[in-house]
Amino acid sequence: MYTDLVMDHFSNPRNVGTIADADGVGLEGNPVCGDLMKIFIKVKEDRIDDIKFQTFGCGAAIATSSMVTEMVKGKTLDEAMTITNRKVAEALGGLPSQKMHCSNLAADALHKAIEDYRTKTAAVAG
Amino acid sequence: MQRVVYLDHAATTPVHPKALEAMLPFFSESYGNPSSIYAIAREARKALDGARESVAGILGCKPNEVIFTSGGTESDNTAIKGVAFAAKSGGNHIITSSTEHHAVLHTCQFMEKFGFEVTYLPVDRFGMVDPADVERAITDKTVLVTIMTANNEVGTINPIADIAKVIKNKNKHIVFHTDAVQAAGSVDIAVDHLGVDMLSLSAHKFYGPKGIGVLYVRRATPFLPQQQGGGQERNRRAGTESVATIVGMAKALEIAATGREEYNRHCQRLRDRLIESILSRIERSYLNGHPTQRLANNANLSFEYVEGESILLNLDMLGIACSSGSACTSASLEPSHVLMAMGVPVEIAHGSLRLTVGSKTTDEDVDYVLSHLPGIIQKLRAMSPLAEVR
Repeated sequence: MYTDLVMDHFSNPRNVGTIADADGVGLEGNPVCGDLMKIFIKVKEDRIDDIKFQTFGCGAAIATSSMVTEMVKGKTLDEAMTITNRKVAEALGGLPSQKMHCSNLAADALHKAIEDYRTKTAAVAG
Repeated sequence: MQRVVYLDHAATTPVHPKALEAMLPFFSESYGNPSSIYAIAREARKALDGARESVAGILGCKPNEVIFTSGGTESDNTAIKGVAFAAKSGGNHIITSSTEHHAVLHTCQFMEKFGFEVTYLPVDRFGMVDPADVERAITDKTVLVTIMTANNEVGTINPIADIAKVIKNKNKHIVFHTDAVQAAGSVDIAVDHLGVDMLSLSAHKFYGPKGIGVLYVRRATPFLPQQQGGGQERNRRAGTESVATIVGMAKALEIAATGREEYNRHCQRLRDRLIESILSRIERSYLNGHPTQRLANNANLSFEYVEGESILLNLDMLGIACSSGSACTSASLEPSHVLMAMGVPVEIAHGSLRLTVGSKTTDEDVDYVLSHLPGIIQKLRAMSPLAEVR
């Protein structure tokens, strides 16, 4: 049901954890639906310098979280904002169709973390 | 080769070697159609009649009250539709419970399209139906009550005999059906002990083959056949009889009935080892279902802060096969309707794990699970944002 790459990211997830002094935090999903993702970013010169995630969810939820962190580490914020849930799924070699909507939320969580950072920095600048 | 620990006997069981052996001659030797008159057909007919008598003996009914079907789902469909359509002039009300198998629930929902009203009874926090609730739900329009003997997910055993009494005291014409699919291997399913008019069985749940089941229909029960064709099964279920699987099912049921006490003792010991060890070794774990009135082989537990499918995937990598009631393991986005009906909080329902032991399960299998499960839960909790919040 899952590709080898999904299982690889599920069994050995990259960048698991939290960042205590994160510049941005994004939370997406709902425990009621069985999926909740939290992404922490550290930003340096408009690039994602460090990224960590925590996920409650199924195999797809954990694998997409892990994959998105790998895809955007070192990227500019604008580049990271172009990553979509679909692109994350494609990078994993695809997901079962029933997982595309419920568990494929990692890019949304990332976008929320970036927005959180931008809101905070705008407030400071303002 | 990787170790395989099969702990999903509630999903299906391996065919008992003796049941398989009993079946084999009917595939390519005595393959005649039991409705024909020549010698190899008569052999098939004889085996079919023998199987029917054997099943009837275990159910404590007459052979002509046994209808062979393609399995539990067909038996449940046929029972509900067969009675409802036959009794429609007398009323349009059906009573069932909210924790039934989907073969019953979805059939009841289907009947609503034909003008039937269905009461879906609640269950207590252990998943049990209260006979008093059944009694209160009965109206002068009630034609059928269908309540499962034991639940397939959490293993809770319903007080079927007590429910039968309240129904029959109120109105002996109301038909009482029970889905005994999950119970058959380990619970007494004699129809007069249960007090039921109809009962569904599925062979592959008790070490028989897949694709074959039983619907018991008590004599004089209003029943409209749901499958038309040749006159097989006394005109109640058309179609050439699947002689081989019927013979295999009868053999498996006979073995199950004879060895029930020993089987239950074996399963219950391993089940209790699993439950007690998991609850004591893993914090924030909970038992789902009834503490004592549960199937001997069923351990259903929930782990807070983790999701069921991710537990299953980790166990599968170690060769351990089991099930979960999480949304991700079903076709819907909802977690198990059984756990929801029991009032289990939704986050905890997502983290449920069903381990069902069987005749070949060993202490080493249990040890293997116990040596890996705590680490898996710990690993998943370490990456769960829910564990951190609290």
